[in-house]
Amino acid sequence: MSDKEQIDTLFTAIREKAEAQIAAHSETALPSIVIGMATCGLAAGALETKKGFEEALEERGIEARIKSVGCIGHCYAEPVVIVHNPGFPPILYHQVTPGKARMLVRSFLEDGDPLFEYMLGAMEANDMIPAVSDFPRFNREKRVVLDLCGDIDPERIEAYIARGGYAALANALQGEPQGVVAEVSNAGLRGRGGAGFPTGRKWALAAGAESAGKTVICNADEGDPGAYMDRTILESNPHQVLEGLALCAYAVGAKEAVVYVRAEYPLAVKTVTRAIEQAVEWRLLGKDILGSGFDLDVSVFQGSGAFVCGEETALIQSIEGRRGMPQHRPPYPVEKGLWGLPTVINNVKTLASIPRILQGGAEWYRTIGTEKSPGTAIFSVVGDVTHPGLVEIPMGVTLRSLIFEVCGGIPKKKRFKAVQIGGPSGGCLPAEFLDTPIDFDSLSQAGAMMGSGGMVVMDEDTCMVDVARYFLDFTQKESCGKCTFCRIGTRHLLDILERITKGEAREGDLALLDELSRDIQDGSLCALGRTAPNPVLTSLRYFRDEYEAHVYEKRCPAMVCRALTAFYIDLDKCARGCDACVGSCPVEAIFTTLNRKKGIDQSLCVKCGECMVACPPEYAAVCKVSPPEKAPIIERPPKAAEG
Amino acid sequence: MADTIEAEEREMVEEITFFLAGYSKERRHLIPLLQTIQQRHKYLSQDAIRLVAGHLELSPCEVYGVATFYNQFRFNPPGRNQIKVCLGTACHVKGGDIILENFERKLGIKDGETTPDREFSIERVACVGCCALAPVALVNETVHGHVAPSKVEGLILGFQLAKEKEERERRKEASGERQGTD
Repeated sequence: MSDKEQIDTLFTAIREKAEAQIAAHSETALPSIVIGMATCGLAAGALETKKGFEEALEERGIEARIKSVGCIGHCYAEPVVIVHNPGFPPILYHQVTPGKARMLVRSFLEDGDPLFEYMLGAMEANDMIPAVSDFPRFNREKRVVLDLCGDIDPERIEAYIARGGYAALANALQGEPQGVVAEVSNAGLRGRGGAGFPTGRKWALAAGAESAGKTVICNADEGDPGAYMDRTILESNPHQVLEGLALCAYAVGAKEAVVYVRAEYPLAVKTVTRAIEQAVEWRLLGKDILGSGFDLDVSVFQGSGAFVCGEETALIQSIEGRRGMPQHRPPYPVEKGLWGLPTVINNVKTLASIPRILQGGAEWYRTIGTEKSPGTAIFSVVGDVTHPGLVEIPMGVTLRSLIFEVCGGIPKKKRFKAVQIGGPSGGCLPAEFLDTPIDFDSLSQAGAMMGSGGMVVMDEDTCMVDVARYFLDFTQKESCGKCTFCRIGTRHLLDILERITKGEAREGDLALLDELSRDIQDGSLCALGRTAPNPVLTSLRYFRDEYEAHVYEKRCPAMVCRALTAFYIDLDKCARGCDACVGSCPVEAIFTTLNRKKGIDQSLCVKCGECMVACPPEYAAVCKVSPPEKAPIIERPPKAAEG
Repeated sequence: MADTIEAEEREMVEEITFFLAGYSKERRHLIPLLQTIQQRHKYLSQDAIRLVAGHLELSPCEVYGVATFYNQFRFNPPGRNQIKVCLGTACHVKGGDIILENFERKLGIKDGETTPDREFSIERVACVGCCALAPVALVNETVHGHVAPSKVEGLILGFQLAKEKEERERRKEASGERQGTD
């Protein structure tokens, strides 16, 4: 028997075994309850929901199977539950509290009433219940990488194999490594870590390097505040990433692989570690994979939380047990990386795309997205949108379509102001750019960048100067300290921005911001420093009037910067004898005036805005103004007269 | 108070010396070692750093340099109740800093510090990953979403009440044993 046939027979046997195990698990006519249990689901209370189901099932004496899966990306709807009740299509329920869980068991499983008021929709088309695939949130998406996330149990390898997993690896092992590199090159896949370097070219370089010990690294050191797609993929479908990693290793001729995950993601670390053990057990990783003679030793390294370690050379430094400081390139890691040997580093999303490309073929992959940026983009859309969460869309879709159609637009009838793409390294784009297609080149042209895929939508109540200050505060803390411009320059930028938000700006500060930003871009070695001023430069370019209001009028137009705003109580609206605001104030700044109305002691007020929330809407007496001098002065009555 | 910390640290040294023996002296073990120590003991004491440096044949300042570079490591014992306030982008936009400030004011400590009675500690974290619930605070791994300043007070009050109740019960038990002579 030739090698090829042997791999084929072995893999067929594995697939049959997996399919049999899955079938044995699902063939019975029992109803099953599927709960999303990734970090976001757990944070929203999925554990309590699960307990609610368990208790209700026991109480009612109903037999049903409870299954936990990863995340389907609909964070606004967590905890998400899918109920498969025989005789009904599978139905998706949102925000399932333990109370709703109890109702579902009693009404749906026992009495057959699917409780329309709690459902989002059916998972497949039918005559009874509207299907979710008709909603823009579902049908505008194109799920290539996230396809199986939230559908399969991430803790069971057989679930992935039964859905066609590891077939691309088995197939590739029967051919030459060059074939894999060629297919990935033809597909035009660009690295999803942010910069968009062609993956095929990176692999070809590493494959050409002559060395015995090469390493491939999966970069899951996601550091953007507000971006969590890498974590979600690892928690929901770790095997797709591992298969991509194995294919990469086979293509470039590496025998060692490292998955670099943040230690802050304990669930992802646990899921990946278990997935590796299972894959070794099933002969899909480890020694002599599928009898082909190809060995791959995969280990997990826990990153200790440094944003700069997303940079390839810094990541390598940290695996070697050093401070994560970027190094000069060239030599590039593909020539001289971990332990001085050729190393390929790919992002989680890049690796998770590989099995799909090899299964579907480069031709198919190129039909998705645009010519220069084929494939899909994954964003975590957060901030002021109705439906925040993870979204996978084909490249080339416009920002408007993503924000307003897929994610439901801005809540509370507020106006859209800006969208920040690419996290602290990206830029803020105003409404004029809403029709920009999302791909690597269009976004860079507009001054933002694809980045790792964090997208924060901001409504009219956001102060752009404050947002720029926030991102600078982040990058300034994360600067590794190697380059002077990045280390000291970002500190100065932050100082200037803080001055501006406090109303202490000096003449020429705006020009200085611009000049310093450009110097930092020129004088920094790695991408962290080169992109750190982006939020300042773009907000300065598109929202200059806001900066000017802060500098020249000491006024914050969005009324966010606390030093430039004040709260006061409108005595015409305030109701005599109502004490709602007094109790809400955390610093006891609210006093009673002589006519039993309320006033705010400006010297004590911390401007948290609680009184504004507490004031009953029929009065709405608490007002906010900027600059603070506009607030009318209400004297606190002498102690004896109070009350 | 100081006595208990010293006793705790002595115990820690023994335990660390014991498990260090299981690692070879290669530098690549440095970060995993520090992570393991922190996982077991919640923080890296000065002795722990010296022990690791000795084992890997590095200078203590080299180890300290690596440990301080990364956000994960802490060098003070955390409080019994750990408060983590999320200051990711979504939480910032929704006023996370006001929440952090409220915790700091109520407890009289700054972020990264522990109250003198070692009851509470405050930390800021980059992103907990449930941006839809912003602003978010974690108290001992329990996620509290949509936190408002008034909720902060409620949370801390809840812990104080629970502690007082516990103490009352302990006193009651103690006095019960002494047949009400207290």
